[in-house]
Amino acid sequence: MDPDARSDVNDSPPAGPGADPEPGGAATTSRELYWRANLRWVVGLLVLWFLVSFGAGILFAPELNEHRLPGSGFKVGFWFAQQGSIFSFVLIVFVYVRVMNRLDRHFGVDEKRPRSGGSPGAEGEAE
Amino acid sequence: MNIQAWTLVIVGLTFALYIGIAIWTRARSTGEFYVAGTGVPPLANGMATAADWMSAASFLGMAGIISFAGYDGSVYLMGWTGGYVLLALLLAPYLRKFGKFTVPDFVGDRYYSQTARIVAVVCAIFVSFTYVAGQMRGVGVVFSRFLEVPVESGVLIGMGLVFFYAVLGGMKGITYTQVAQYCVLIFAFMVPAIFISILLTGNPIPQIGFGGELAGELGERIAAGERVTLLDKLDGLHEELGFAPYTDGRKGLLDIFCITLALMVGTAGLPHVIIRFYTVPRVRDARSSAGWALLFIAILYTTAPAVAAFARTNLLDATRDAVYDPARAAEGDSVVPEWFRTWENTGLIAWLDKNGDGRIQYTGGTAFTTADGKNKPVYLTPPTDPAGRGVHGERLLLLGDDGVMPVEEARNELFIDRDIMVLANPEIAGLPAWVIGLVAAGGLAAALSTAAGLLLVVSTAISHDLLKRAIRPGISERQELLAARISAAVAVVFAGYLGINPPDYVAAIVAFAFGLAASSFFPAIFLGIFSKRANREGVIAGMVCGLLFTTVYIIGFKFLGWSKESWLFGISPEGIGSIGMLVNFGVAIVVSAVTPPPPPEIQALVEEIRVPRGAGEAHEISA
Repeated sequence: MDPDARSDVNDSPPAGPGADPEPGGAATTSRELYWRANLRWVVGLLVLWFLVSFGAGILFAPELNEHRLPGSGFKVGFWFAQQGSIFSFVLIVFVYVRVMNRLDRHFGVDEKRPRSGGSPGAEGEAE
Repeated sequence: MNIQAWTLVIVGLTFALYIGIAIWTRARSTGEFYVAGTGVPPLANGMATAADWMSAASFLGMAGIISFAGYDGSVYLMGWTGGYVLLALLLAPYLRKFGKFTVPDFVGDRYYSQTARIVAVVCAIFVSFTYVAGQMRGVGVVFSRFLEVPVESGVLIGMGLVFFYAVLGGMKGITYTQVAQYCVLIFAFMVPAIFISILLTGNPIPQIGFGGELAGELGERIAAGERVTLLDKLDGLHEELGFAPYTDGRKGLLDIFCITLALMVGTAGLPHVIIRFYTVPRVRDARSSAGWALLFIAILYTTAPAVAAFARTNLLDATRDAVYDPARAAEGDSVVPEWFRTWENTGLIAWLDKNGDGRIQYTGGTAFTTADGKNKPVYLTPPTDPAGRGVHGERLLLLGDDGVMPVEEARNELFIDRDIMVLANPEIAGLPAWVIGLVAAGGLAAALSTAAGLLLVVSTAISHDLLKRAIRPGISERQELLAARISAAVAVVFAGYLGINPPDYVAAIVAFAFGLAASSFFPAIFLGIFSKRANREGVIAGMVCGLLFTTVYIIGFKFLGWSKESWLFGISPEGIGSIGMLVNFGVAIVVSAVTPPPPPEIQALVEEIRVPRGAGEAHEISA
């Protein structure tokens, strides 16, 4: 999946290596930088996602099962498959939430407060 | 008060609560009906998503499956949680920014194509109905087990309730009911789990007790003076009794890998999950509510494998060479526990005393087979009839072609239904009657919340995607809302019919639903966000190829009886969705590259959904 995430880089004009970014304007560049930063974090976090589940929980589980999680009866591979991967997933998503909120503000693309503080029905009337 | 009275009271109270919430949160506009007016706070949306996601199968079935499959059961744990990482990082925030109401909305608009929209609508309806049949059945089963109502009446009661709050309340009603349902179901799951953990390991936190030593009242008895961890004891018991080891895998690595991936990607592509992220006010709320949803799901999903191991250890220990009839037990013999007889009466346990020694032999292998291949017990008489009892007082099975045929090679004498692992927990732990009522209410909450979410997808697909966006764009908001309510009502009735007359192969169809979601929606949405170059031609070709590939494979191996030896790389039909997804990606990328790029306004749309700013206004243009 990771190659696809990166494939976006190739979508922009078929620029040669090191060619100057064609779509001009300061706004575009800032958005582009935001998007690149976003992709870097997403790819990094997905690598982690892959390692804790498919890596430790499946592919390397037989080897990891030779060892015990310190202070418990869990074989390491088994623990990752049934517990550790899930804890890591939760952590990964909350890290992403924090990082993205920071990136949004940093690049000035964050959202304004919704008018009604998010009470149900407030936007329905606009339909 | 007895168990049944408690169950009635608790189930009645929770139902009253759901109805109250439905009345309080009626939908008045299509925006409220489809996406709750995009006004749901992220924490509440997380809870609602969790309840939406966790079905009767998660609540009642999953611990049982893991209990019998051991390590191999991990595919469900990782698959059904890992998908939320994909959802949170790759789909949810962008779809929220896109606004609008449904998944076909996105596919149709992003790929400027009615064909793509219709393909998406058909997939959404098919996937949702597949699922909902199982939920309605679950409702019926819970009613019949706990309240001794026939399954059919149970389904009808469930239909009535879902009808009431889904048709009246739409997404808004469903969301706030689901919040309540999450609270009911998680409480109902955790209370017995905590007590079982204390009994077996002396630790009140199941996730820690899971890796700890046997301790506590029951645990010490099982350990019999040894200092041994629960999992070692369990592996030991498995080896001793001729089962495959609990903490190691039996399936091929690649197969496990593919099944997990298909479940993850399928989860991220399921329309009733995706649609939940349209209901929050802002993009940042879509991100955080995915986090909350995952956290709330993780509470149950990390407890379930612990419960599975506890229940398995206890089961193996309690039945090992146990004497069935207490009157015949000699000094020092172990006798089967009381719950064994209770669940035998409900048909979830069956014992066939092959060697006539009056003791249970529970080992690897199947005790008996049936002509229809399901290997479920067929009893001689109903449980109340003393004529159907054997010399030890056990329920006799009907032998022969119409009944069961003993497998002589296997020493195993016991049939145990997997569902028992959650259902019997309160009794195993000796908990009071109200806890059993609570488990019933929890199972119902899980089934109803999922059914409602799915029905909403079906009704939205019909009234919005088909009627408003494809067939008659001119209809007024009021007409569309009416159409939504009517299609929700029709969907409830149809789902109820499927619940009463379930197709035989529910489990196979669920695998199918995930395969389809993985091989159709996920690549289409993903490319729609991450590639500006992905165009109409590419994505339609990709979806069609992915769908065809997956469908042919699953139908061939599941329904036409193709031989297992010709599995592609040894991948089972459950895992083939991940290959279907790769096919879809490959075709979509290649075809997109050789056909004209999408028009500039579509490329601008992609640019636009990549940044959060301006999300609040996004869906108002759409009506």
